[in-house]
Amino acid sequence: MNERLAAAFHLLPEYLGWHVLLSFAALGLGVVISLPLAVAASRSARLRWPVLAAAGLIQTIPSLALLALFYPLLLALSTLSKAAFGLGFSALGFLPSLLALTLYSMLPILRNAAAGILGVDAAIREAADGVGMTSRQKLFQVELPLAAPVIMAGVRTAAVWTIGAATLSTPVGQTSLGNYIFAGLQTENWVYVLFGCAASAGLALVADQLLGLVESGARRRSLPRVLAGALGLAAAVAVAVAPLGLAVARPAAYVVGAKNFSEQYILAALMGDRLEAAGARVSRKEDLGSAVAYRALAAGELDAYVDYSGTLWTNVLNRKDNPGRAEVLKQLTAELKRRDGVLVLGSLGFENAYAFVMRPDRAAALRIATIADLAREASKLKLGSDLEFLSRPEWKAVQGAYDLNFKSQRSYQPTFMYRALAGGDADVISAFSSDGRIAADKLVVLSDPKAAIPPYDAVVLISPKRVGDKRLLGALQPLIGAIPVEAMRAANLSVDRDQQKASPAEAAKSLETTLPR
Amino acid sequence: MGGAAIELNQVEKKYGALAALGGVSLSVTTGEFTALVGGSGSGKTTLLKTINRLVVPDAGTVHVLGQDVAAAEPYRLRRQIGYVFQEIGLFPHLTVAENIAVTPKLLGWDAKRISARVANLLGLVDLPLEVAGRPPAALSGGQRQRVGVARALAAEPKLMLMDEPFGALDPLTRDALGTDYRALHERLGLTTVMVTHDMAEAVLLADRVVVLRDGAIVADGKPAELLASATDEGVRALLEAPKRQAERLRTRLAGEGAP
Repeated sequence: MNERLAAAFHLLPEYLGWHVLLSFAALGLGVVISLPLAVAASRSARLRWPVLAAAGLIQTIPSLALLALFYPLLLALSTLSKAAFGLGFSALGFLPSLLALTLYSMLPILRNAAAGILGVDAAIREAADGVGMTSRQKLFQVELPLAAPVIMAGVRTAAVWTIGAATLSTPVGQTSLGNYIFAGLQTENWVYVLFGCAASAGLALVADQLLGLVESGARRRSLPRVLAGALGLAAAVAVAVAPLGLAVARPAAYVVGAKNFSEQYILAALMGDRLEAAGARVSRKEDLGSAVAYRALAAGELDAYVDYSGTLWTNVLNRKDNPGRAEVLKQLTAELKRRDGVLVLGSLGFENAYAFVMRPDRAAALRIATIADLAREASKLKLGSDLEFLSRPEWKAVQGAYDLNFKSQRSYQPTFMYRALAGGDADVISAFSSDGRIAADKLVVLSDPKAAIPPYDAVVLISPKRVGDKRLLGALQPLIGAIPVEAMRAANLSVDRDQQKASPAEAAKSLETTLPR
Repeated sequence: MGGAAIELNQVEKKYGALAALGGVSLSVTTGEFTALVGGSGSGKTTLLKTINRLVVPDAGTVHVLGQDVAAAEPYRLRRQIGYVFQEIGLFPHLTVAENIAVTPKLLGWDAKRISARVANLLGLVDLPLEVAGRPPAALSGGQRQRVGVARALAAEPKLMLMDEPFGALDPLTRDALGTDYRALHERLGLTTVMVTHDMAEAVLLADRVVVLRDGAIVADGKPAELLASATDEGVRALLEAPKRQAERLRTRLAGEGAP
């Protein structure tokens, strides 16, 4: 318990620094964009409605979706700019998060600023005209000072929203306090989840209080109060962001990616450790979505990560056939090289396939041993899947091959999927064959007589720009063919089990010791 | 008295289909105290505001102090004209002194000249010096309108426009402020145009009374001449009402007759 807390604290400077930098950059940008818009909206009734409606509409988009949408958008823009000016930019991480959060922060600022300016007494406007102020002088000397408390209240609301929503930038590859929450949820490390929540809430509270000081200063027309709030805020941001400056000063790093489950965290840690042992500095981008991870690697934003042959076969190459394990790997290696310049370094030596899994008592009672048996009983059964499976081509292939029609289908975080199976909320789940919980819970893996599910060899992918990088290849080459499925299952279980949990980093260290020398 | 301070020529203004001013011409002599009198919707406020271009006429010309108001930047024009209105419109985020100093500051006066001017104006409008640092909210209604008058006078304008300036004040304050302002008008050699719906106030303060109805001038003259010359029924009623009231007041206060 204390160890986990210590581990969480150890990561705090980096996570908090990024979180603060991201939220305040977004908030600052939000203010800079929203204020002129609000002034324009307060001047023109015809502009007011569309501006406020657009900001309101953005607010109705779930923040996670807004963040997710900016990735493909920026990727397309980067590709365009690369084609037009020979200059691309990273579509992953800071930029999409910044843009999405900026948009997200705009509504309260816009709404309050427009209302604040429009709320200035008509007699005071008339007086401002009457004494001979220009439109600009009226704005800066009368309207904005009088609207300042209302505007600041909007900035405060925006700050709290932005800090909260910034935790969601983790899945698009931006480090934030959300890393605690996403990783903690995945590995059932509730200390991490709570720590992430507490840190984010604490940050929001501090920002709210300091901005509140500025607001009350504006309301009471007390300059010392405004200055105290503003300086306090500036100091807090500087202190929080300082560790990042120190990190940036160090030499360029390798970026190792991971998707959002335990095995990926462990393998990323394993690869990272090996690179660091070779003297390289490594940063990690974790909790990436499947499609995001591959595109980021192809675009050179990740240097290496582990993916699965079947996933790439169906999702990247859009293949529906299944020519067999060796053939899939061979064609995949050739195709990815030709198409994207991505190097498939090789298979780690185990498969992590989608597998339909049942509790042994249910399987025995219903006499189900294969997916064909499952299809017979499916109309009475509830399927639990992970968040991706039901929208993936593999599911369509299996469903088509066996004519599977379940009574109900529900998606879970992988961790909760096993809970659902154990508790009877799901009769059958789409599990992963390398998952340690299958053996630990003595679950039954249904066989696939029609070979509808492709093979899923875990393969190390190298980005096009690192294909000739001797240090990277040298550090990762020894992993090829070196991890049997039993070793991976044991490592996964050590992270996923309820008692005596290991962190992904610890699991990676013990996995390293099992490697052949 | 000198030449014309204000020349309005065939000024028209429509709000939608409604004609607020239908071709009004008016000439105000320098040094004159003119009252624009009329009921609600008579166009008196609209007429006043065409002079400092808070209202832009649809047709006709307005000349102020020899210049065409349409030719100049409105803010330059307004810095030369004092403007006082019923809602006062003091800036709540500024102190009394800062409120008074607004126009001189816009004109770029130096700080020393401004502070001397503020002290001088507080004396002119009969306010104690210690209110200078207070916010307007800390003042009574009468004091606030005195600040309003001081602010309008701050940049030493020759021309003052006043829109129901004392309308929201209690009768005592109203009387005191009216009398005080009339004295300032004399002392500073101002030209004043005041809008009011109260004929008694107009007769008591102004040299000349201009009566408006439905966007047109229906009577114009010295208070004493007006009653004799006015043929219009409405104008006569407007003039006679305060007169009758004054007579009744006199009899009642002397303890004679029925109400």
